[in-house]
Amino acid sequence: MLPYLIRRALSLFFVLLGLAVLIFVIARIVPGDPARIALGPLATADQVAQLRAEMGLDEPFLVQLWTYLSGLAQGDLGKSLLTSRPVRDDIMAALPATLELVLFTVVLQIALSIPLGVLAAVYRNTWIDNVTRVISLIGVVTPGFVLAIMLQLLAAYYFGFFPVTGRIDPSLGFSADITGLLIVDGAIAGRWDVVGDALRHLMLPALALSAAGIGQVMRITRAAMIEVSSRDFIEASRAYGIPERVVTFRYMLRVASVAPLTILGLEFASLIGNAFIVEFVFSWPGIASYGVRTILQKDLNAVIGVVLVSGVFFVVANLVIDTILGLLDPRHRLRAKGGE
Amino acid sequence: MSALPDGDGPLSPTRSMTARQMARWRFTRNPSAMIGAFIVLSVFVAAIFAPWLAPSPESAGSFVDFRNRHAPPSWDNPMGTDNVGRDILSRVLYGYRVSLGLVVGVLGVAVPLGVVLGLCAGYFGGWIETGIMRFTDVMLALPPLAMALAITAVLSPNLVNAMIAITLLWWTWHTRLIYRIVKAQMNEDYVEAAKVAGATHRHILFRELLPNCIPAIAVKSSLDAGFVILFGASLSFLGLGIQPPTPDLGTMVATGSEYMPDMWWQAVMPGLAILYAILGFNLLGDGLRDMLDVEL
Repeated sequence: MLPYLIRRALSLFFVLLGLAVLIFVIARIVPGDPARIALGPLATADQVAQLRAEMGLDEPFLVQLWTYLSGLAQGDLGKSLLTSRPVRDDIMAALPATLELVLFTVVLQIALSIPLGVLAAVYRNTWIDNVTRVISLIGVVTPGFVLAIMLQLLAAYYFGFFPVTGRIDPSLGFSADITGLLIVDGAIAGRWDVVGDALRHLMLPALALSAAGIGQVMRITRAAMIEVSSRDFIEASRAYGIPERVVTFRYMLRVASVAPLTILGLEFASLIGNAFIVEFVFSWPGIASYGVRTILQKDLNAVIGVVLVSGVFFVVANLVIDTILGLLDPRHRLRAKGGE
Repeated sequence: MSALPDGDGPLSPTRSMTARQMARWRFTRNPSAMIGAFIVLSVFVAAIFAPWLAPSPESAGSFVDFRNRHAPPSWDNPMGTDNVGRDILSRVLYGYRVSLGLVVGVLGVAVPLGVVLGLCAGYFGGWIETGIMRFTDVMLALPPLAMALAITAVLSPNLVNAMIAITLLWWTWHTRLIYRIVKAQMNEDYVEAAKVAGATHRHILFRELLPNCIPAIAVKSSLDAGFVILFGASLSFLGLGIQPPTPDLGTMVATGSEYMPDMWWQAVMPGLAILYAILGFNLLGDGLRDMLDVEL
């Protein structure tokens, strides 16, 4: 397992390097002068020239790339033109909110989709199966922002229990200083009112964000469970008289969970993308909100930083998923080793 | 594809059916595929005939009718009116033109590009394979929506730039799919036979290998169409896609959401219209997948 992980971590490094170069190149080859874009059409030529010198845009392209990459290696993402603070500080401030939302969403996805998929497989071709099929279809085809808006509407009209925007009620006077995750810090501080309030705020954005993944993973789980259920070793376990519950959850689910976990990993990319939309709708103070704001202001350093961090998120998530798969299914490790 | 099922009852296909008849039989026997085909057809009809179908075609532009603003759904305005009194149904019909235009524009470039790269990577192997597939892997590691947002923002937001941004990110999926299929096909006898017969690379790539990829491309493209609509709508929802007054479904949801919750129809109706189109392409894609028996 260890050599496998080391090899994966190495390839991770190269993917991230490629990502950084690619984003930088895209940001530099686009038509238009970044300094002019940042300052707007009213700035004088002197001001633009000054900012160009400040941003190092006068240097040859390769020198700029080198400066950028070596800064990156030290965790320096440059300065945001919007907030005039280091991009790294801005991102670090916004990251916990996104992390909390995304982690909670993944938990919600696993907790809802896999049991529902198993249920659909066990009761296949009954009304239970049909209901779950409709749920999963709705999840897959509903755009994140449409679902978000509908949830807000329902929240406003019917269940006033869930707040429509924000991350926490400011009147609670709590700031998460340890991990930045309100649920964790609230629990550490013993402030259960904070935990409860954070959960209430999380619920609607997380539901809106998780729908697409839930739909897909449910379908895949159902298909995988049905496929596994006809294998010989399951027939054999049944013939031995092992209780159906044990066969389903211990034997079948273990084998069948490989495919849904892979999809969950892939879904992670769209999860981060959709977070842009969902955070926007719910005024969630995360990295995606920051991203949208800086994108609208054409604040290139910040945009590159946000895209890079999202890429890291995605690549690391895939590494985690691959590790879990490797633990679940040894063949996965061997396949990666053989190259094919 | 030509493997016939064992026969499950009197309605099963008979052995005298050709592969094409079999496929059609499977498609028409699949209710969700038929519903999907119907929805997709209706969206195309709505887009093409919008000027004739729309109750008030002038609503598609910057027409205003302040006496009639914020009107709830009624017989005259089945989806209500928006903040300047334009008929939402008319705008939705015109909005489908933009959505489908985006689909055609993006898939028209991304699919051929992705397919050719996938064919080359799978067929030639060596450094071509390594180069193309490594690049594809890096592109796949980019969070698509964040990238598209960044690209359109830098290029200034409009329909063409949204199209460029989505296309730049979309070809990778087709490259990977075709690469996998070609890799599997390379061991088949017919490829070997073509080589021995002295066929050119171009002949093998486009006459021998490509036809075997067509079913997968068709299914993937149909599923893609829904997601391109979703993507475009998301961009314009954030104000980075199509600019007003061109009717666009995402922009309509964004503007409408400012009047929530009381004037709910302004956001919900265009939202449901997006959902309807995506649902159609998804059902159609799933139906085609069953019909053509491909795995993606």
